[in-house]
Amino acid sequence: MRRSETLVQWSLALVALFAIAALALIIIFIFKEGSPIIARLGIVEFIMGTKWSPSRGTFGILPMILGSFWVTLSALVIGVPIGLASAIFLAEMAPSGTSRILKFAIQLLAGIPSVVFGFIGLVILVPLIRQWLGGPGFSVLAAGIVLGIMILPTIVSVCYDVFKAVPQAYREGMIALGATRWQTIRMVVLPAARPGIIAAIILGMGRAVGETMAVIMVAGNATKIPVSLLEPVRTLTSNIALEMGYAVGEHREALFATGIVLFIIIAILNTLARVVARVEKV
Amino acid sequence: MTDRRITLLFAGITSLTLLTLVFIIGYVMINGLPGLTLEFLIESPREMGRAGGVLPAIVGTVLLTAIALIIAAPVGILTAVYLTEYTRDSWLPRIVRFGTESLAGIPSIIFGLFGFLFFVIYLDLGWSILSGALTLSVMILPTIVRTSEEAIRAVPDAYREVSFALGSTRWQTVTTVVLPSAKPGIATGIMLAMGRAIGETAAVIFTAGSSLRLPRSLLDPTRTLPVHFYILAREGISLENAYRTASVLILLILAINIAAYTIMDRLAKKEG
Repeated sequence: MRRSETLVQWSLALVALFAIAALALIIIFIFKEGSPIIARLGIVEFIMGTKWSPSRGTFGILPMILGSFWVTLSALVIGVPIGLASAIFLAEMAPSGTSRILKFAIQLLAGIPSVVFGFIGLVILVPLIRQWLGGPGFSVLAAGIVLGIMILPTIVSVCYDVFKAVPQAYREGMIALGATRWQTIRMVVLPAARPGIIAAIILGMGRAVGETMAVIMVAGNATKIPVSLLEPVRTLTSNIALEMGYAVGEHREALFATGIVLFIIIAILNTLARVVARVEKV
Repeated sequence: MTDRRITLLFAGITSLTLLTLVFIIGYVMINGLPGLTLEFLIESPREMGRAGGVLPAIVGTVLLTAIALIIAAPVGILTAVYLTEYTRDSWLPRIVRFGTESLAGIPSIIFGLFGFLFFVIYLDLGWSILSGALTLSVMILPTIVRTSEEAIRAVPDAYREVSFALGSTRWQTVTTVVLPSAKPGIATGIMLAMGRAIGETAAVIFTAGSSLRLPRSLLDPTRTLPVHFYILAREGISLENAYRTASVLILLILAINIAAYTIMDRLAKKEG
């Protein structure tokens, strides 16, 4: 009996190693395929290069790095205030029945496939921007709005849980002092929840940086550095997805190298989120 | 501003979020549902999807999702059992947890790159149902581990103690007491993972391909519903069929997610 229990324990441990093995394989394969070209071109040339023209063998991804940056920043500017306000309403203001139904609906928003978000952006948002603000419509702004909506569920659900974790006694203390509900939220709940809110923002950021299909459909994908919100832009993810279908040789290596850069950015963001969340627990 | 006005303002912002959801679903349905006939579901596409139906894409989606779940569900549930029932805080579970958490944060396009290099080329499975399903299984694993872990943790310790008192081993306790009580929670996780797998595009397009033919074996390439929709919409093949395909996709995912969250909600009420 004892022996069989030990056997079970070790078999389970073996199965559990599947996830870490997969992670290791992902890192090994992508780095092995993408790093030679970075070594050949030089990391500075690759990351700071402003020209991407595979047919001439020029591979600089600065426009895409900046593209991802601007698109993600716009998504945060749109998604964070709306998401945070919704989470505050659901956790602190709405009656529990209402709040349950609304949370349910916001979770459904998270289930909508990214291609559908991109498509709605393409048929509605892009023409609206073209008509009212000018430019081609396919733009940093279009991608930012679509991504801003897509990160809402992440921001709302993480912030909601964080607010719910703030001890009830904090609120009661404030109310006993004669504070209104808004004063309580502003002066006690929000400060207590700050690390969690930051973690939620970083997680949303990770989602925005990593999103591919929705961005491709609305961003216009031009490989130059955007100078305004109304100009077309290409992100790191779109760069990979747009050209993987036909790239060969050095060109394909450069796409995997783009993947390495994306992977490192995501790893940094996830580590940050984890560190911030840990600070909160202490 | 008074308290009341601020509450109204925040309620307004929240309804904005909801309106987006209603708008997106409504817009796709209004444009897609009227033309959604039985023939569209059971016919093969003609002229690249300009005419005909989406049968191969439905078959491809179902096969890819089913195989991904057949692989990821047992691995995910057993990983959760290991993390909750078989370990104290030590280096091994910490590594396992780091692995699943990191996988959860990786963007789907990276899974696509990996699946292409590893399954399609290195293991020489080609663009195929198998390559796509294996890639998806790695992608959905964290969802299954996390929800199963929560479900197992919610099983009261008293259940386990009774089982031990009756002389059961730990494994017997897991299979006869813990897993049966955690079943609804685990099912929720599997359904959420299913929804994610069905709607995925970037990880699938470079691993399963985009063939419109009905697959004859697991080593044949295929095209899933979101990939079909993406190609129809982006290449401007047929906006009409794009809407129809999108409404099939959304109905499918909504049904699964609503079922999943309903179970979750009922569980929360029972516990609360």
